[in-house]
Amino acid sequence: MATGTDPQTNSDTSSATRSGGVRAGTRAAIAAPHLRTDRWWLAPAVTAAGLLAFIVYSTWRAFANEYYYAAPYVSPFYSPCLAENCAPMHAGPNWEILGGWWGLSPALIILIFPLGFRLTCYYYRKAYYRGFWASPPACAVAEPHKKYTGETRFPLVLQNIHRYFFYAAVLVAGILTYDTVLAFRDENYRWGHMGLGTLVFLLNIVLIWAYTLSCHSCRHIVGGKLKHFSRHPVRYRMWQFVGRLNARHMLLAWTSLVSVALADFYVYLVASGAFDDPRFF
Amino acid sequence: MSSSYQARFKVWRGDTGGGDLTDFTVEVNEGEVVLDIIHRLQATQAPDLAVRWNCKAGKCGSCSAEINGRPRLMCMTRMSVFDREETITVTPLRAFPVVRDLVTDVGFNYDKARQVPSFVPPEGLLPGEYRMMQEDVDRAQEFRKCIECFLCQDTCHVVRDHEENKPAFAGPRFLMRVAELDMHPLDAAADTGLDRKRTAQDEHGLGYCNITKCCTEVCPEGIKITDNALIPLKERAVDRKYDPLVWLGSKIRRRSSAG
Amino acid sequence: MSVVDHQEWDVVVVGAGGAGLRAAVEARERGARTAVICKSLFGKAHTVMAEGGIAAAMGNVNMGDNWQVHFRDTLRGGKFLNQWRMAELHAQEAPDRVWELETWGALFDRTKDGRISQRNFGGHEYPRLAHVGDRTGLELIRTLQQKIVSLQQEDHRETGDYESRLKVFQECTVTRILKDGSRVSGVFAYERETGRFFVLRAPAVVIATGGIGKSFKVTSNSWEYTGDGHALALLAGAPLLNMEFVQFHPTGMVWPPSVKGILVTESVRGDGGVLRNSEGKRFMFDYIPDVFKEKYAESEDEGDRWYEDPDHNRRPPELLPRDEVARAINAEVKAGRGSPHGGVFLDVSTRMPAEVIKRRLPSMYHQFKELADVDITAEAMEVGPTCHYVMGGIAVDSDTAAARGVPGLFAAGEVAGGMHGSNRLGGNSLSDLLVFGRRAGLHAAAYAAELSSRPVVDDTQVDSAAAEALRPFSAEGQTADSEAGRPPENPYTLHQELQQAMNDLVGIIRRDGEMREALERLADLRVRARRAGVEGHRQFNPGWHLSLDLRNMLLVSECVARAALERTESRGGHTREDHPSMEREWRRINLLCSLTDPTDGLAATDPVRGQITLTRETTEPVRPDLLALFEKEELVKYLTEEELYE
Repeated sequence: MATGTDPQTNSDTSSATRSGGVRAGTRAAIAAPHLRTDRWWLAPAVTAAGLLAFIVYSTWRAFANEYYYAAPYVSPFYSPCLAENCAPMHAGPNWEILGGWWGLSPALIILIFPLGFRLTCYYYRKAYYRGFWASPPACAVAEPHKKYTGETRFPLVLQNIHRYFFYAAVLVAGILTYDTVLAFRDENYRWGHMGLGTLVFLLNIVLIWAYTLSCHSCRHIVGGKLKHFSRHPVRYRMWQFVGRLNARHMLLAWTSLVSVALADFYVYLVASGAFDDPRFF
Repeated sequence: MSSSYQARFKVWRGDTGGGDLTDFTVEVNEGEVVLDIIHRLQATQAPDLAVRWNCKAGKCGSCSAEINGRPRLMCMTRMSVFDREETITVTPLRAFPVVRDLVTDVGFNYDKARQVPSFVPPEGLLPGEYRMMQEDVDRAQEFRKCIECFLCQDTCHVVRDHEENKPAFAGPRFLMRVAELDMHPLDAAADTGLDRKRTAQDEHGLGYCNITKCCTEVCPEGIKITDNALIPLKERAVDRKYDPLVWLGSKIRRRSSAG
Repeated sequence: MSVVDHQEWDVVVVGAGGAGLRAAVEARERGARTAVICKSLFGKAHTVMAEGGIAAAMGNVNMGDNWQVHFRDTLRGGKFLNQWRMAELHAQEAPDRVWELETWGALFDRTKDGRISQRNFGGHEYPRLAHVGDRTGLELIRTLQQKIVSLQQEDHRETGDYESRLKVFQECTVTRILKDGSRVSGVFAYERETGRFFVLRAPAVVIATGGIGKSFKVTSNSWEYTGDGHALALLAGAPLLNMEFVQFHPTGMVWPPSVKGILVTESVRGDGGVLRNSEGKRFMFDYIPDVFKEKYAESEDEGDRWYEDPDHNRRPPELLPRDEVARAINAEVKAGRGSPHGGVFLDVSTRMPAEVIKRRLPSMYHQFKELADVDITAEAMEVGPTCHYVMGGIAVDSDTAAARGVPGLFAAGEVAGGMHGSNRLGGNSLSDLLVFGRRAGLHAAAYAAELSSRPVVDDTQVDSAAAEALRPFSAEGQTADSEAGRPPENPYTLHQELQQAMNDLVGIIRRDGEMREALERLADLRVRARRAGVEGHRQFNPGWHLSLDLRNMLLVSECVARAALERTESRGGHTREDHPSMEREWRRINLLCSLTDPTDGLAATDPVRGQITLTRETTEPVRPDLLALFEKEELVKYLTEEELYE
């Protein structure tokens, strides 16, 4: 019987191809691909627009190769700066590992890591699968693709390396923390000063850390992989803490995205002379 | 009751041979849910309107349907969330073969349930000797709140939009079952050579999930299926399959235990 | 000649709730090829609605608990009318049944030292209920379901077929037990989806169909609870026991109207919730009956202290057995001290912090939020009595769960009578399902294995069962009938009238005249039910299904009404306004209902005679060592002088 537990015969696979998708097989004959009456397209549209805006902005800034350092601030897009062609930053994140052959913007070297981290992030995956790929555009709204293999094959199977990008992201966040500490200097590298930029950097680093630590891979590594929390009370507490952050992963993903762009833009404004960094003390 | 009104409904009626959205105008009273209206249709206008239901309190997961295109339990959808002028559309679940009217053949789910190896009791522990700490059972208990309404299975585009994926993909409900067993503090599957982390990927199609969270969105029990079951399970599969350090470690351990 | 599909099984279990599944697991493990038939999908049975827990004297929370204490509580709750041997077996075996669930993967809430946590409940002296939040029934059904799947996986490994030894026929309804002479020979059933008839031939049938609540208007029971098993047993010639005892759960939702009757778990009170009337008074202190005076707190302070220090204080009267609380609420509402929608107030919001409420009573929080738009962490719930459980049921042998008079027929769970006497304690139902479900499966398998010759299915029985099931489709065409020309009756209307009659006339408080009127109305409904007609075809046709269920509801309702009219006392789930006190002479009396004309007298329309014959029977005396568990002063309240001397 059809509602029974008999194994399903595949005799009707021929009719399964009758029209495909949500109308496949012997499903209820409803012509509309979906019957949602709410504004289901709004969320993916906003997501796509937001991501697109960031992509445009960051591409411009990454290739610009100028206005990324205004003592004591270094743009998070250019930190650490790993090529010889970097602007010299006093006690700043200049590590000329790549030497002189690198002719392009030094931002391109380091941005791979935060980009990879966010690209393989479980939240961003949802966001761009929905927003850019329409796979699916929204829940119970039919997707336009004929075939779907998810993350089972190359290249999407590479999403599984998220945790290595997480490790890299921790390093990058560490360096950005160092940059933030450096922001407590004035333009002559004297310690104990603060400007509006310092606040922008502080806000950014808090959000970057919060986003990085709220990562699902992090949650797994600190404790999620355990079978018995009771035998690892410290890791259990860490897992609970990360879990609380993780519940806000989407919020942190967006706010940290905005804050990092904001920090960069602030440096751009100051470095290009369009704006003078107000100093508090 | 003065607060009652006439609502417009479109209910899908038909069977495997075809069908259509049928228009009804029906009385609605204060505090009613969609299932009440379907029952009123049965009692007054369409006595043979087929619908599954049972507890009428969101505990059994029988009355799953799609209301205005969204997978929901009819007994937990209050009429007050709709505009009085709105026409409310009720259709059967669209990921499964239809049987009649609002009833679908959910046999897919029962097949998948049977493909997940059951709990393996630990050797040497007699009934009554099981000791488990609350913090160790919390995670699995969340998943055991599942009422098997199959709304997550219905909304998941992996099978909803791709009939051909059904053999390879267990769906959110049963991947969550794998996660539940893998997190069970006393499950001894590993002792029998069963690696649930690996089979999640290899046999139950975890890789098909692209974590778009529709399962979590529709869950009437509020289970965080994606964040607490599917993603942790993906990470556990990574431990087994994509982590070179872990892979190396297990190689060395195997060699040393063999030697 | 019959053309319906036949299959051969050793044991057929009718019903896939806790008792049915437990029976099926046991029968299969004892080697019997076992089929389970259920009206809903596998795993949706009404057992999922059980919230509070499984009563079992494991002594995890209070070491003082043991089976003797549990037995004592059960007998007190049932007002000593219980089939004492059942209560004894139940109290002794419940812990093993709970522990066994853990080995099948169940995850109960834990104590600090990792054991199964146990909670307080009405009528239980110690914290005794193993639970999972307030969704214990779901855990039970899912665990049993998964155990069945695991057995099927075993069979699949051995035979290549999941269903070679254990099969679930879901969404199928049994309409008749078939017999070979006096013995069971199988069941006649139809598939709800297609309307197709089929016969399962089997020497042993376990009935585990649950209760009868759908005969009442305000009920916590789902559509499945149409008394099918009770009726099947009656029609097969097995008597029903003490059907007058129907439990009205004190706390059902009263508003909004569409959810009226849905259960509010007793754990709300077990965890500290209190009942108040419209004047804000905790009225339960005025309703402690004499037999319970020494066991319950006299002041609010003492009651409140009990939650923290149960050893030195007495429990609050909100935790009296259900019948007492239901009657008290009824009386308060009648006296004009009810809540706006005709209930009383059940309040946890002032007793516990919001966080604790959400953690301990998550489904209640959810249920009120979603269905009534009430936040129970901020305001009181409105509650009132709702038809919940029938203590009466198929008369069975205590040890084997075998139904009387029909070899091969077994019954377990709510459908079986005797275990709970005149009133069931909360939490004793889930343990009952497990203990007697297992026993029924065990003895059914043993019975099937010991038979030297398998009974034969009689084709004429199959044909007449098929004709009976098809009658609603030809309701208009019965020209030879005296009712020719009259339009067919709408089964939904008949059902509503039946529910209204039972609710109003054989409800929580009963009177002689009203019950006589109920019997007349039932007779009238019986005549009209013969003309219940349906449109459409046999494929998943709910109107047709209801028409067939009406037969069962009418039969069972008559049993309840007749037995209630006969028993001229008030005891447990049977309250007579005209006979308000409990009579010790009645304690020894069981009322048995059987079919007046077993040859198929369902056409009987005479309201006085009806279809049911009542027989009085004197119960077996309680075994002396069990009686010795009670104080003499307590026994004198229940037992007659002569019983005490014996």
